[in-house]
Amino acid sequence: MDGYSASELANIFAMQAFAGVSLFSVFVLMALGLAIIFGQMGVINMAHGEFLTIGAYSTVMMSILAEKYMPSFLPYYFIFAIVVAFIVAFGIGYLVEFLMIRHLYRRPLDTLLATWGLSLIMQQIFRSAFGAREVSATLPEWLMGSWQPIEGVDIPINGLFVLALTAFLSLAVFIFLFRSRWGLKVRATTQNRLMAGAVGISTPMVDRITFALGCGIAGVAGAAFTTIASTGPTSGSLYIVDTFLVVVFGGAGSLLGTFASAFSIAQAQSVMEFFMSGSMAKVLTLLTVIIILMIRPEGLFSVKVRK
Amino acid sequence: MHVAMDKLFGGREGLVGLAILAAVIFIVMPLTFDIFRLNLVGKYLTYAFVAIGLVLCWGYGGILSLGQGIFFGLGGYCMAMFLKLEASDPESTKIQSTPGIPDFMDWNQLTALPWFWEPFHSLSFSLLAVLAVPCLFAFIISVAMFKRRVGGVYFAIITQAIALILTILIVGQQGYIGGINGITDLRTLKGWDIRTDEAKYVLYFLNGALLIGAILVGRLIITSKLGRLLLAMRDREDRVRFSGYDVSSFKIFVFCVGAMMSAIGGAMFTLQVGFMSPSFIGIVPSIEMVIFTAVGGRMSLIGAVYGALIVNFAKTYFSESFPALWLFLMGGLFIAVVMLFPNGLAGIYSSHIKPKFAAWRARRGAGGGPPLPEVAPPPEPAAPKPAERPAAAAVPRSLAAGIQSEPSR
Repeated sequence: MDGYSASELANIFAMQAFAGVSLFSVFVLMALGLAIIFGQMGVINMAHGEFLTIGAYSTVMMSILAEKYMPSFLPYYFIFAIVVAFIVAFGIGYLVEFLMIRHLYRRPLDTLLATWGLSLIMQQIFRSAFGAREVSATLPEWLMGSWQPIEGVDIPINGLFVLALTAFLSLAVFIFLFRSRWGLKVRATTQNRLMAGAVGISTPMVDRITFALGCGIAGVAGAAFTTIASTGPTSGSLYIVDTFLVVVFGGAGSLLGTFASAFSIAQAQSVMEFFMSGSMAKVLTLLTVIIILMIRPEGLFSVKVRK
Repeated sequence: MHVAMDKLFGGREGLVGLAILAAVIFIVMPLTFDIFRLNLVGKYLTYAFVAIGLVLCWGYGGILSLGQGIFFGLGGYCMAMFLKLEASDPESTKIQSTPGIPDFMDWNQLTALPWFWEPFHSLSFSLLAVLAVPCLFAFIISVAMFKRRVGGVYFAIITQAIALILTILIVGQQGYIGGINGITDLRTLKGWDIRTDEAKYVLYFLNGALLIGAILVGRLIITSKLGRLLLAMRDREDRVRFSGYDVSSFKIFVFCVGAMMSAIGGAMFTLQVGFMSPSFIGIVPSIEMVIFTAVGGRMSLIGAVYGALIVNFAKTYFSESFPALWLFLMGGLFIAVVMLFPNGLAGIYSSHIKPKFAAWRARRGAGGGPPLPEVAPPPEPAAPKPAERPAAAAVPRSLAAGIQSEPSR
């Protein structure tokens, strides 16, 4: 730590913490969808990362379209791109649930393998359709640059935007789950599937919508992802294991737990990255998570669920 | 004695299956392929060890591990460390700034052999480590998980995460264990050059023999009371627990056995291919190992070997000729095997081919009489091994009882 003054060190620490916040946003956006799906159906969707990629690619497509046909529209297209990303991912998720997942609910381990196969196929489709090279969306001007709250601290605007999007989406999911009629059905199905069916909730439909919704959220995550990194056929799968750990560490079915674990994992990783090599930081973080999981297998926050 | 042999070889049918496999490995393959391709087959057969381990863990125990690459890699690395030390004696590494240490350490400015490399100067220690290190690792993981009743999807995810961690760790530690390149340039085993054609033949046959041995060990486990308990646990874990059995110990045992089998495969891989690298440990190779078992049949030890061979042949062929097609095929394979053929090739054999074969035999036995009706029993979703099928499957067989005596069990 020689050669740094105390204020410089504090600035670096603040910026590193903000880098952690960006990572936290990506984790939360991805984990939200996964947590809803896993919490409700006990299904692990290995292709979840590919739904993020779908969202990212549809954003890139939108940006290309806007650039080509409506240059004046370019500053605003991003909002529409987010909506399109959601719709595309939602639709494909709906189809996947209908064609594949619903036949496998009784065999969670097999679902894991089948969705892995799906992710391989989707990756290859991306590669054939968009090429193996990474592409990136043209960002509107207002997303670029950085904000300097004090001298020596640079906070990138796109990071702030992703953070805001994350906050908005989390709030939306929260309202959907805990304040809406449909959310009531979802929670009833999670807590006791048989009884929920007995009181007239169509549990297969709830499952399908929940799965599609989780995929749709991953699509939005993909749209947000284009503002911080470029998109390749395998971008989504880079984060998938971390996201699983986030969900499991947080406790299945607990949204609060998902936030807490995403925050602690992201912060631990990015703060440690400053003190040691990136790979060692990741190893240490994941190892700590696994050791904590071995001591407390139900995760940080657990919801009582009747199986 | 007779009963014991019957159990070991799985009756007449099991014995025939094993004999055919042995003939394929020891006679057909060496006669059809040149040494380059045979070496490739040998490499595929090392994956068959992992597949057999997975039949025990996953098919019988219901424990899906997405991290078998960990044990494959650990076994392979233990072997590679010994071979590397032998290849870097002071004589042949005298151009390095520190002679006598492996080349990648020298490139990374290490001046002394790290402590954990020291014992690998001894062959017997290394061979022990090939088995003991992965077994210990598997023991730690499984005790921590199973004693706390963590299983199913959680276990799969955590093994996958461990595979990821191990890969990142090895890639990050270039100086200590060779990083992303792995441990390469292995030459001799106690002075015996492993790169010659003759050595490759010897290693291939050794590999085949070990594989047959692994199948026999697997048979011993699944035909014993332990195997019955594993099946019972897979289907109704709580009932087995309430019957007074310590469920976690059985799971730990079978997971460790699976890990050791993978490790033997890894060590044989290092010997035959001549290097070991983290690309055989990570998430993707580990989950590919599961597909070998799934294609061959998760309940069939012999099927798993064929699964490993077929998937790897297809992989080599397609990724050489149609690289874009391969991922589609692989993905489709995962989905098809899960949704359409949960019991893989062995399941197809026992529900489609075997009844027809039995009927054909019966017809021939009847001396050209009127053809007997083909009574094919409907395939059960999670059918047990053919030899253990209950009497329902014996309909065509009992018709043939005139010429063929049932194996006494």
